[in-house]
Amino acid sequence: MRWDYLNFLWDDDVGTMMQPNIVKIGCCAGFSGDRYDAGVPVAEALALADGPAYLMYETLAERTLALAQIQRRCDPEVGYTPYLADFLRPVLRTCLENGIPIVGNFGAANPPAAARRILALANELNLSTPCVATVEGDDVLESFGERTIRSWNNDEKRDLTGSRIIAANAYLGGRPIADALSDGADIVVTGRCTDSALAVGPLIHAFGLQHDEWDRLATAVLTGHLLECGAHVTGGYFADPGYKDVPGMASIGFPIAEVSADDIATITKPPRTGGLVSAATVTEQLLYEIHDPSAYLTPDVQLNMTDVEVEDLGENRVRVMGARGAPPPGKLKVTVSIEGDFLAEGEIGYSGLNALARARLAARTLLERIELHGSNCAVRCDIIGAASIHDSIYSRRWQEDSVPSEGDYRVRLAGSTQNRAEAENVAREVLSLYANGPAGGAGVRYCVTPRVHTLSSYISAADIKPKITFYGQRK
Amino acid sequence: MTTDMSFPSNTAPLHRLAHARAGDKGNRLNVSVIAYSKNDFELLREQVTPQRVKTLFADRNVQVVTRYELPKLGAMNFVIDEALEGGVNKSLNLDGHGKSLSFRILEIEIILFS
Repeated sequence: MRWDYLNFLWDDDVGTMMQPNIVKIGCCAGFSGDRYDAGVPVAEALALADGPAYLMYETLAERTLALAQIQRRCDPEVGYTPYLADFLRPVLRTCLENGIPIVGNFGAANPPAAARRILALANELNLSTPCVATVEGDDVLESFGERTIRSWNNDEKRDLTGSRIIAANAYLGGRPIADALSDGADIVVTGRCTDSALAVGPLIHAFGLQHDEWDRLATAVLTGHLLECGAHVTGGYFADPGYKDVPGMASIGFPIAEVSADDIATITKPPRTGGLVSAATVTEQLLYEIHDPSAYLTPDVQLNMTDVEVEDLGENRVRVMGARGAPPPGKLKVTVSIEGDFLAEGEIGYSGLNALARARLAARTLLERIELHGSNCAVRCDIIGAASIHDSIYSRRWQEDSVPSEGDYRVRLAGSTQNRAEAENVAREVLSLYANGPAGGAGVRYCVTPRVHTLSSYISAADIKPKITFYGQRK
Repeated sequence: MTTDMSFPSNTAPLHRLAHARAGDKGNRLNVSVIAYSKNDFELLREQVTPQRVKTLFADRNVQVVTRYELPKLGAMNFVIDEALEGGVNKSLNLDGHGKSLSFRILEIEIILFS
């Protein structure tokens, strides 16, 4: 049915696409750890609706790509989002049979391998072979080489001589995604692109947006920004019982944006799902990870959200309008990942009578032990239950008298060092409290995590050449 | 709703008047503060100043706080530099992203009437 509709829109005589009135985009993942089953109600709602519709998946945090790059070096057929098939399996049939293209940055460090995995998945599910497009060109480590990237300026003014570059990727915009869709892709697999590009690409394609339609592009970026964190705009990461209540947290409906040709984006969610779409949920997400609201920079447009208005229409529908656009800067942001430190962590619990005194004694013992080692390891202690994540390395608020002496406390030691063996020794100090620490210590957990360090550089947009490749059944 | 016994009767924690969400980019934190009622926006604008937010984060040696105002949304956006002890790449804090710090800002005491 959907294809008939699209064929109707296509005017063969003129050879141009007639512009639709409303384009719908659903977001089925806001990070790589998101719920696999969230996509199903979104895909089903879009399949039942009229007009062009797309699904997007955002699964690539800043450091995720560096980890994916390390995996690809070990095995050339991995390095894409490890949960790719888990995300797509529940929705692929509905999308392919109803002409709903899927766009995702789940290609991570290896879009071609992701494309092959998607084709294999379609085959497993007995679906006809789809057309999968990859967008590459973001990997500047591949195109420019390690030596050149070391010579670039970065935001920390750090000298990268001698640093091993794990990954360096430029943030691409929506244009290449739109081109892939225009050439018939059912699924577009990208590596690094701006999160909002996953919506901007489909909107450029569906509305035929030109390079200089700044306000319309700004609306597209705003839409993508509202969608990119999945349930963040539909009641996820929002509930504060008694102040901000959200129904059905176990089955939050992921967002659908309905963007009109006159630049109004309506945010909603599938019927019969939990969660909440209100002016409050939308406004929280609008400002999420924003610095200057008048200058949100993307490769396609500079978004000014100063005049944006959010109107609650009721029944989980919120209208957003007033995005203004200006030409983008001619530079693209590049995230450069280098090897970082080793994070050593260990925890032990103390509960019941005089628990705080025992926990404090454990914390002081740990700090003394690290000093005895004479190591350069930077360390910190927390007492979870007294003061932890709101504490700082300078204040040690767990020592303050206001903390009740009885309770359920967990002592945490964290250390940072460039040396793995030293990190392991630090973490093991928590383990040794079983036999050497205060009475009643229990439930030790400890681990050492190698960390990736990321820096930002900038590159002239003209130096980046996105490359689109098709796999499977070309239309 | 809970009653906050520790506050005098003409004051309330910001938590009662506004909601907030924190986000991070490197060592820079941003926290939106959004009034439940746009009628309270002016009250919040007067009292939730960049200086007060800076004082709140004094234990993290924060020096620069920038406030952006969005009256049409009844919201303010605070950008707090160097607040995350190095950010998620370097911090020893269990919350390296600073995601929980929205609720620290919501502790700010607001004078409701004088």
